[in-house]
Amino acid sequence: MNKNYFEIIRAGINSTFQDLGRNHLYHIGIPFSGAMDNRNYLLANKLTGNNHNHPVIEFAYQGPHLKYHGNPINIAITGDVSFKIKKGDNLIDGKCYQSFILKNNDELDIISTNKSVYGYLAISGTFDLKFQWSSCSTNTKANIGSNNGKKLSNNQKINIKEINQNFVNTKLNYVNTKIENIRVIKGTNFNYFSDEGKKTFFKNEFKVSKLSDRMGMRLEGKKIENIIETNIRSEGLIKGVIQVTADGFPIIMLSDHGTIGGYPKIGVVISADYDKLVQLTPGSRVKFQEVDLNSAETLFKLYDLETQNLISKI
Amino acid sequence: MIKNISNLGDAALYCDFGKEVNKETNIQVIKYFKTIKEKNILGVNNITPSYNKLIISFDLKKINFNKLRKIIDNIEITKSDNIQNKRFQIPVCCEKEFSLDIKRLEEILNIKKEKIYDNFFEKEFFCYMTGFIAGMPFLGDLQENLRAKRLDTPRVKVPKGSIGLTEQFANIYTFESPGGWNIIGNTPLNIFDNSKEKEPNLINPGDLVTFKRITKEKYQNYHE
Repeated sequence: MNKNYFEIIRAGINSTFQDLGRNHLYHIGIPFSGAMDNRNYLLANKLTGNNHNHPVIEFAYQGPHLKYHGNPINIAITGDVSFKIKKGDNLIDGKCYQSFILKNNDELDIISTNKSVYGYLAISGTFDLKFQWSSCSTNTKANIGSNNGKKLSNNQKINIKEINQNFVNTKLNYVNTKIENIRVIKGTNFNYFSDEGKKTFFKNEFKVSKLSDRMGMRLEGKKIENIIETNIRSEGLIKGVIQVTADGFPIIMLSDHGTIGGYPKIGVVISADYDKLVQLTPGSRVKFQEVDLNSAETLFKLYDLETQNLISKI
Repeated sequence: MIKNISNLGDAALYCDFGKEVNKETNIQVIKYFKTIKEKNILGVNNITPSYNKLIISFDLKKINFNKLRKIIDNIEITKSDNIQNKRFQIPVCCEKEFSLDIKRLEEILNIKKEKIYDNFFEKEFFCYMTGFIAGMPFLGDLQENLRAKRLDTPRVKVPKGSIGLTEQFANIYTFESPGGWNIIGNTPLNIFDNSKEKEPNLINPGDLVTFKRITKEKYQNYHE
C-alpha cells in the first residue's frame, strides 16, 4: 500500500512522464524522446532539489488536475503556465519557477499553458515508475516508457516511492521569450530545391500547423519547389531536421521522431533554438534564418551557459 | 569506405558511402557502425546505419563536429570481408484477410498471385537496416519483376506483423503503424519485443532472412 500518491481528477491533453531521454537505440528504431523543452525540464528539477535526470510530468496545453494524498511534499511548475492550488477552502494562484508545499488533500489544478505548448511538474520525491531502456520517457505512439508507454488517464493513481524531506523554498525570476526567427544550418539536400524554393524557405513566413505533436511539427505556407526528386533513399534522422515532403511543405522532426526518413532535408534547426521551437503553438508564424556551423556552436555555448547560470541561481 | 563526411546540423556527422545502393556498400556501412559502436566514443549519442549512409549524432556539450570528424577519419576497419550475421526463417500466412494488396500487385506487375508468392518465398533477403518504427527490418533485394511503388495514399493503420513490399525491398511491420507498402501477408512471429531490456529486435542489419508460407490453422495456433 502506497501512502503518498496523486489521484488524477483530470489527466489533461497529453501528460506524460519524461526525463533526459534514451540514447544508443536509433539503430533499432527507438527515438530519443525525453522532455521537449530541456531548459524548463532542468529548472523544474532544480527547484525541487532533484538531480538533473529525474522523472517529471510533462503536459501540453491543458495540464492535469491532481489531488494529493500523503505527507507534505514540495512541487514546482516551469514554463508559461496558469495553475491553482486548493488548500481546503483557500484557492491560491500558482506561480511558475517557485516551490509550493502540498499537504494531504490539497489539490493542484494545472489549467493551461499560455502562448506555449509544454510545461513541467516536478516533485521533491520519486515517482514509482518502471523504466524502459534506462529511461522513463514516454513515447505514446510506440508505447515505450513508463505508464506502459501511455499518457496519463483520468482516475489513475500516481504513486510516490519516497519523499525528500529536507526541502527548502526556492524561487527564480525567469520569463520565457518567444522565438520568431528559427536559426537553421543548410541541410544535406539543400540543392534539391530551386533558387525560387530556397528563397521561399528563407524569405517567407510559415505557419505552425495543428498537425504537430511530439513527433514532428508541420508548417504551412508557400510551397517550396523541388527540382530534383521528392524522395531520397531512406536514411537516418535527428531531431531538428527539416524535411520537405512531396506536397512542398516543411516538417520538423521533434523528440519522438521516426529514426529514418526518405524526404529531402532542406535544413536543420540549431541546438540552441530547439527549446523555443517546440513551444510554438499552432497558428504561430515563423521565419527561417541561415547560420553557419561555427555560429551555431557559439550560440549553443551561450544557450548552455545561460541555462547553467539560471540553475546556479536556484 | 566513407566517401565524404559533412555536418547534419550542429550535432551530427553525415557519412556518405556513395550513391550506389547494394550489399557491398551496405556491408561497409554496417562495419563502420559496429566498429564505432564498440569504441564507445565519449559524447556520441546515436549511430544510425542505412543503405549507404551513417548518421552519428552527438552531445554538443561534450564534443563537436570537427573533433568527432577527426576521430571517425582515423578509424580503422578490420579487413575481413565477413560480417557476423544470423539467419532467420519468418512464417507468413497469405490468406485473403492478410494479403491486403496482392490484387493491386497482380494488376500493377501483371503477374499472377501464385507466381508472386513463389518468387517471394524462394528469395533469401539481406537486412540493410532497421528503424522508422522500432525494430522494422528493411530487407533486399526483391527480384526485378516484383518491384512496385508505394500506395498512392498510405494506410492510416497497417496491422502488426504485416509483410510489405516496395521497390526492391520487403519489410515487416513490428507493430500497428501508418504505412504505404504493398501488404502481401502477415507473420505471427513477434519481431520486436518491448519487454526485452537487451536486444529487443529479432533481425539486425547484416542478417539473412527467408520467409516460409504457413496455413491459417498454423498461424492461429502459432507459439513462439
